[in-house]
Amino acid sequence: KFASVESAPPIEVFALNKAYVEDTFPQKVNLGVGAYRTDEGKPWVLPVVRHMEQKLAADETLNKEYLPVLGYEPLASAATRMLLGSDSASLKEGRATGIQCLSGTGALRVGAEFLAHIGKHSIVYSSNPTWGNHSLVFLNAGFTSYRSYRYWDAAKKALDFDGLMEDLRNAPENSVIILHACAHNPTGVDPTQDQWRQIADLIEERRLFPFFDSAYQGFASGDLDRDAWAVRYFDSRGFEMVCAQSFAKNFGLYNERVGNLTFVAKDRSVIEPVRSQITLLVRANYSNPPNHGARIVGTVLNDPVLTEQWKSHIKTMADRIISMRLGLRERLEKLETPGTWNHITDQIGMFSFTGLGPLAVDKLIADHHIYLLKGGRINMCGLNTGNIDYVAKCIHEVVTTTQEASL
Amino acid sequence: MSLISSLKIFSPSSLNTTQNALSVVSSRANSWWSHVEMGPPDPILGVTEAFKRDTNPKKMNLGVGAYRDDNGKPFILPAVKMAEAEIAKKNMDKEYSPISGSPEFCKATINLALGEDNEWTKNGLNATVQGISGTGSLRIGTAFLSAFFPGGKDLYMPTPTWGNHVPLAKHAGLGVKQYRYYDPKTCGFDFHGALQDIAKIPERSMILLHACAHNPTGVDPKPEQWAEMSKVIKEKKLFPFFDMAYQGFASGDIDKDAAPVRMFLKDGHQIALSQSYAKNMGLYGERAGAFSLICSSKEEAAATMSQLKIIIRPMYSNPPVTGARIATEILTNPSLRSQWLKDVKGMADRIISMRQLLRSNLAKEGSSRDWAHITDQIGMFCFTGMTPPQVEKLTKDFSVYLTKDGRISVAGITSKNVEYLAHAIHQVTK
Repeated sequence: KFASVESAPPIEVFALNKAYVEDTFPQKVNLGVGAYRTDEGKPWVLPVVRHMEQKLAADETLNKEYLPVLGYEPLASAATRMLLGSDSASLKEGRATGIQCLSGTGALRVGAEFLAHIGKHSIVYSSNPTWGNHSLVFLNAGFTSYRSYRYWDAAKKALDFDGLMEDLRNAPENSVIILHACAHNPTGVDPTQDQWRQIADLIEERRLFPFFDSAYQGFASGDLDRDAWAVRYFDSRGFEMVCAQSFAKNFGLYNERVGNLTFVAKDRSVIEPVRSQITLLVRANYSNPPNHGARIVGTVLNDPVLTEQWKSHIKTMADRIISMRLGLRERLEKLETPGTWNHITDQIGMFSFTGLGPLAVDKLIADHHIYLLKGGRINMCGLNTGNIDYVAKCIHEVVTTTQEASL
Repeated sequence: MSLISSLKIFSPSSLNTTQNALSVVSSRANSWWSHVEMGPPDPILGVTEAFKRDTNPKKMNLGVGAYRDDNGKPFILPAVKMAEAEIAKKNMDKEYSPISGSPEFCKATINLALGEDNEWTKNGLNATVQGISGTGSLRIGTAFLSAFFPGGKDLYMPTPTWGNHVPLAKHAGLGVKQYRYYDPKTCGFDFHGALQDIAKIPERSMILLHACAHNPTGVDPKPEQWAEMSKVIKEKKLFPFFDMAYQGFASGDIDKDAAPVRMFLKDGHQIALSQSYAKNMGLYGERAGAFSLICSSKEEAAATMSQLKIIIRPMYSNPPVTGARIATEILTNPSLRSQWLKDVKGMADRIISMRQLLRSNLAKEGSSRDWAHITDQIGMFCFTGMTPPQVEKLTKDFSVYLTKDGRISVAGITSKNVEYLAHAIHQVTK
């Protein structure tokens, strides 16, 4: 019956990881998949998570019953509060609500389905470049047009702010605009506070709808409040908006799929109808979200002592990444690798858009067994004190021996 | 703005109130969401809410479909507890799962359905992916069929069917049609009606079948009736999509419950299959399940897998592991597996004995009605045959909560309340 089904093209980041795993070169380096690694190159289960799992396992009062359709309420409310800050007017006025979702992707999908089916939005914009999965999430959710706004200036290796503003100015009214709350994926380049103010002005003026994607709160700078500045600014301006939150990176709970969809309205009277409509969407998709990860995050976020422990873990991760950024930049500048390398420390979060072109990327993979995405994105977490010299050396090698578009 | 000019505003306090009222009006007017209507209330949740509010000490909740032990409490299977202890020892990481779930989980799951040594898995003919329990697996399956099924895009469902089948299929882009299934006159299977309707389904359409423990009726075809249906479905070139949410939980025997699925494969059908561990492993909230397509070649299965991943990634990227790890541990560890088979038989046996007790107590009450269907039906649910007015009376007068269609969750009955239930049912039906 399905003989005509064609094989789909492999998804780049997974294909890259597969190639890395199959490579037998002893000094191979994986700068592909976006997960945190310790300085020993190992995954890290946060101590507060291990502690919680032991606690949950020993708790005889817990069971495996279904969660409500919209999720574990202690998690949803704490996540919304973590995002907006306890001073948020919308929170205080009951105009903000949270819905547990299947990590960041699941929150994006539920939000997108709501905006398409109920909000009747049909056009969505994301940055060029953006996370590889954004377009399909929104198109499969019911949007009919996926467009880009300029973002990365390859020549300057910085934000193309004028391009961004021009493209948003030309976006039709009612368009949904995906904004990376912090630690832009894949570039690592975030707008400044002043630029965010101008973006907010424009979105308001052009009657566009802001959809924040917050996958790295706390993980970017090490400070939860600092990383939420943009979202809170929009909130303080009285915007209606949604924000997809992921706890994959900042809690290291990648495979438990813990996320939250924060919904901010102008009027509290719309909250219940919106929740009831989202209930119908969730029911038709997966009925109710998974329990285990929700209990971990929900318990920690509602316990001041555990929250402090967790914050120290985030700072550990963020600090290590920042030190790798410093280390890589220093080495490239010392080697006098052609081009400028300040963007590596100007950028923030897990990823860096190195500015390396496709030929250089191919060489890094084929000749040096250093795995990174075609667009030149590297995962800083893949760097450690054990491989940073090798990586710097190889980048220097490919840059000096490759002729391609401007670096 | 004309509203403001027509107001006479004198004192600061009235100004404040007026401004607040105006800002409420204008905030609703400026809202993107003021047009959003309240969705219809969930009928089953509504039953639970009403049950919670009731102060009658004898109240019974026969609404929601989750297993309860003889004390009316949620039941964590011993095999699950043991599996969790084993998993904890392994100190596993939290790295992303593959999009399709762990290969071990998928293999163990399809082999549970088809038999450990089945020829389809051995020959690599299955495309199996982890799904978010049964619902999520159905969702992946319907999305795939909507995109790739080469025939008609209507999914034919039995009447009645699980309440969520219809909105789920429609949401995936499929049309929904019906075939006769439940006979209210007999509270049993409308075999001839089903065959007649199935024979009328246009060729190359999709047909949804409950593998065992039909939800909501508890009415399953007998093996020889399944054989007839298989024949007609094959003749009519229909594509069978099995929903198996109760393997092991229905009869207590995993092979017996999976027999229709295995029969259809032996008869040469290519099938789709959704499986859930919510009930048979009590893993409800951990959302462990799988969707499978049995293909005609390894190449087809590989191509299908790649397309399934493309469907899953924009939904939620990759699945949650905790429930799947427990299921895998149980199925692949021989002593845990045999513990689990005992646990699931225990649950099925308790339900079967509650059915027997309810029926015998109704006879003891002096009911002259035929209650054979209570023990003829199988699984979590029983379609009692009570009418909506009778149901209402049962709830109002006796604080027994169930859905309007007369469906009771047998799991909610215990040895301590079965007599009360029989008495109540007799009162409203005599």
